[in-house]
Parts: sequence; C-alpha cells; structure tokens
Amino acid sequence: MPALVNQLINLFAAVLLLLSFGLLAQRRVLSLIHLFTLQGATLTASTTVMAYFTDQPHLYYSAALTFVLKVLAMPWLLHRMIERLDVRWDVETLINIPTTMLVGIVLVIFAFNLALPISGLSASVARGTLGIALACVLLSFLMMITRRKAIPQVIGFLAMENALFFAATSATYGMPMVVELGIALDVLVGMIILGVFMFQIREQFDSLDIRHLEKLKEE
Amino acid sequence: MTAESFIAQLVAVALAVLGAPLLTGWVNQCRAWLQNKSAPPLLLPYRTLHKLFWKESVVAEQATALFRGAPYIVFGAMVLACGIVPSLSTDLPLAPAADAIALVGLFALARVFMSLAAMDIGTAFGTLGARREMLVGFLAEPALLMVLFTAAFITQSTSLAAIVETIANQEFAIYPSLAFAGVAFTMVSLAENARVPVDNPATHLELTMIHEAMILEYSGRHLALMEWAASLKLFAYSCIGLAIFFPWGIAQERDLAGILLAAPVLAGKLAIGGAALAVIETLSAKMRIFRVPEFLAGAFLLAVIGILVHFLLGA
Repeated sequence: MPALVNQLINLFAAVLLLLSFGLLAQRRVLSLIHLFTLQGATLTASTTVMAYFTDQPHLYYSAALTFVLKVLAMPWLLHRMIERLDVRWDVETLINIPTTMLVGIVLVIFAFNLALPISGLSASVARGTLGIALACVLLSFLMMITRRKAIPQVIGFLAMENALFFAATSATYGMPMVVELGIALDVLVGMIILGVFMFQIREQFDSLDIRHLEKLKEE
Repeated sequence: MTAESFIAQLVAVALAVLGAPLLTGWVNQCRAWLQNKSAPPLLLPYRTLHKLFWKESVVAEQATALFRGAPYIVFGAMVLACGIVPSLSTDLPLAPAADAIALVGLFALARVFMSLAAMDIGTAFGTLGARREMLVGFLAEPALLMVLFTAAFITQSTSLAAIVETIANQEFAIYPSLAFAGVAFTMVSLAENARVPVDNPATHLELTMIHEAMILEYSGRHLALMEWAASLKLFAYSCIGLAIFFPWGIAQERDLAGILLAAPVLAGKLAIGGAALAVIETLSAKMRIFRVPEFLAGAFLLAVIGILVHFLLGA
C-alpha cells in the first residue's frame, strides 16, 4: 500500500518538524534532551518504515545505528554531562520566543519553496518530505544562533545532524553505509570533544555562557 | 429539510444543554481523582445550577441593562453554537446558517458581551478580568481560525457539517496537517475554556483569575446562566474537536436510528476527552499571564505549519 506508506512517512516528517519547533522554544535543558531523544526515536521509526516498504535492507542497519546512537548513547552522554556540569535544572533566558517562532515560520516557507523544484527530480516515495527535512536543518541552525549556553548549542548541532540524516533517507533512500557510519561516528566523537570543551569552558569562566568566549582576544 | 432533520436538530441542542453540566462534572471528578482528593459527585453541577436558580439575584446599584442582559445573550450564543456543531448528526437545519468562521464569531460575540458586562459594574476585578479575557481572546481567535482553515483546505468547504462528512466518508488516511491542527486546537481550547495552563477554573480567590474575575459580581439566576454557558462552551469546543479530528460514529443518514446509535458513541468520546483534559490540567502548572501570549503564539504557529504542510505534502 504505497499510499499508506507515503502518509506514514509524511506523518513522521511532520512530527520531526514539530519537535524542531519544540527544541526552538524550550527553555529547560532537561526537556531539550527529552525532545532530542524523541526526535531520534521518530527518525528510527521513519527509517524502519522506509526500509520495510521499499525493501532496502541496508536501511535497517541505518535504523539500528540511529536507535543505538541517537536514542540511547547520545541522550545518555548528555544526561551524564549535565549531571556532572550541574546544569540539570538550568533555565535559559531566550530572546522573545514568539519572534523566534515567527522567524521559524519564515524559514519553513523558504525551505519549502527551495525544496519544491529539487524534490521534483527525486524518484523516492517520500520526496515531498525533503522540504520538511530542509526546514528542520534551518530551524536547528536558528536554534544554534539564538542560544547562549553551550549545551543547547550542542543539542542544536545534533538535531541538525538528525535532520540531514532524514533528508538523505527521504530523498535518496539513504547514503552508502560507509558514509553513514562515518558521519555517525564523527558526530559521536564530536560530541565527546564538545563535552571536553564544555568542561574546559567552565574551568576557565565559571559559566557555560558562550559570550565569555568573545573575550579571548590577544591584545 | 424534513421533519427528521428538525428532530435531529432538537435532540442535538437538547443533549448539549442538558448534557453539558455532566461533562463539567466528569472533568472535575477526574481531576479530583488524579489529585488524590475525594471526588465531588458527578451531578454536582446540576445541583449548583438548581441552587443558583432558586436563589435571589443581587445586582449592583449602578448596573445597567447590559449587565442584566449579558447572561442571556452569552447563554443564547452558546446554545446556538452547540446547535451548529455537528455532534450527533451532520444533517442539521441550522448548519447552513453559519459556517466555521461564523461559529468563531459567535464565540467572540459571547466574549465581548461578557467582558462589557464585567466592566459595566466598574469594580477593579471585573475590569481586570475583562482586559485579560480580551488579551487571551484576541490571541486565541486567529489560532482557532487557522485550525478550522486547515480542515477547510483539506475538505474544500468551511461548513462544519461538510467537513465532517468529507473526513468521515473517505477511506482512512493520515493527515499530518490535521495532527498539527489537533495540537493547536487543544492549546486554543485550553485557553478559551479557562483551563489550567492559562486560567484556573477551580478557584476565585486568586489575583491571577480571568474567567472567574468577570463573573464575580453575578449571583442567583444570572450566575447560573453564566456557569451553564461556560459548561456549554466546553461542550461545544469538545464537540468541534471530536467532529474534526475523530469524526467516526457521527450519523449521516436522515433516520432517528442513526442518531440513537451516535449518542452512546459521542458519550464515550466525550468521556475519554474529558479524562484527557483532566490529565492535561493535572500535569501542567498555571502559567504567568505574560507567558500566555507565548503559549498562544505557539498554537498559532502550529496551525500555520499545518496549513503549510498541507500545501507541501498535498495531504
């Protein structure tokens, strides 16, 4: 039933977009991690559905990889990090959430228009979702721009990787396995390095506010 | 326009008017259970209405006719709204009189009169409540319209009865845009019905109250009508939500058997919906009034994304 598959993939894409907006509007660090975990779970589900209905066995491996990395490993690392940095209940003051949301809508419209001619070239069942994936990437960018603290920025970075992965799956049935493994491990290693960075930032400035980094200038 | 459809209309209105306090009682009961309190009886709203109708109505000396008339106008608007919403059957003689946009206007009419009546007395609380209500209302209305527009785009009609018929009759399909609209609609309903994240319906002892502040000066039969209208509003919103997002089980034939069959289905759906409302209310904390615009901007945004997703995915 290709119609139902299409609808399911569209539904997952919509949920991803919803979660991206959730990440954009969320103030609490702990809720951010929960939203990120949900995003990973949605991604796993959509990849599995895609693999099952398009008969592409390598997508199962991607789904398994996504599940292990983005639903189990990354959230666990993040939880441990906020535990040790003692920022578990951190609340960040954001610049005017409704304005950020409106900028988000503009980005979504832009992404949809941008993706419209591209998705015409694709032959995948889920080509309509390319616009949504692109919108998620841009929203994660926006999240990284509007955040001041280090951990939400890292979560924005990870969410962007999620969106890119979804774009690859929806447009071309996934990247070659080697590339996918490479990216996944890159993100994991990047995550660990960023964790070390965060500890260093706090050592130096007694805070995770990245505005302090601007002072690092040689006279 | 047959005799059957008139009977269907009458049954729908009667059920709404008589059943709305029951829904309120059910939500209150669920709330009490979830909060580990001993629950008030299910029929308590009826007893309250009965008590209030037999009490003397005290009106302030400076009150004008507007203050006295407002409860009747608000109650009338809510009854009419319940008549338009297809709760039991889509074959309603009143339905062509007003589409989804007019329905939003009807709610706005009730809100304006309630706010004017609250300001009429000139007490601080009434004015404060009216201002807050207008703030919430002007933010919630566009979001509600956008939700209804999403459904209207999918079904190519702004008439609620036509929307329900189209969605219920076609083969099963998942609409991501309707999922967005559903979340937005839930948020708007919470704000419009003065439920917990926006307002607390259980107390009138707080400085943060909105709805209760407006009806503070009412007593006796006027208060009874206002309380009844609030129940009707909750009932109407629940029925709109159920009709657009879960339209299965609503009768479309012009016979009474279908309506009789639809009634228990509606009761079941309302019971689940009421319990879900109680869960939401228990899980969330009341927001500061200045967070409300953020909350409703979120609802508006979700509804707009729903429309955008509809155009992009064609679904």
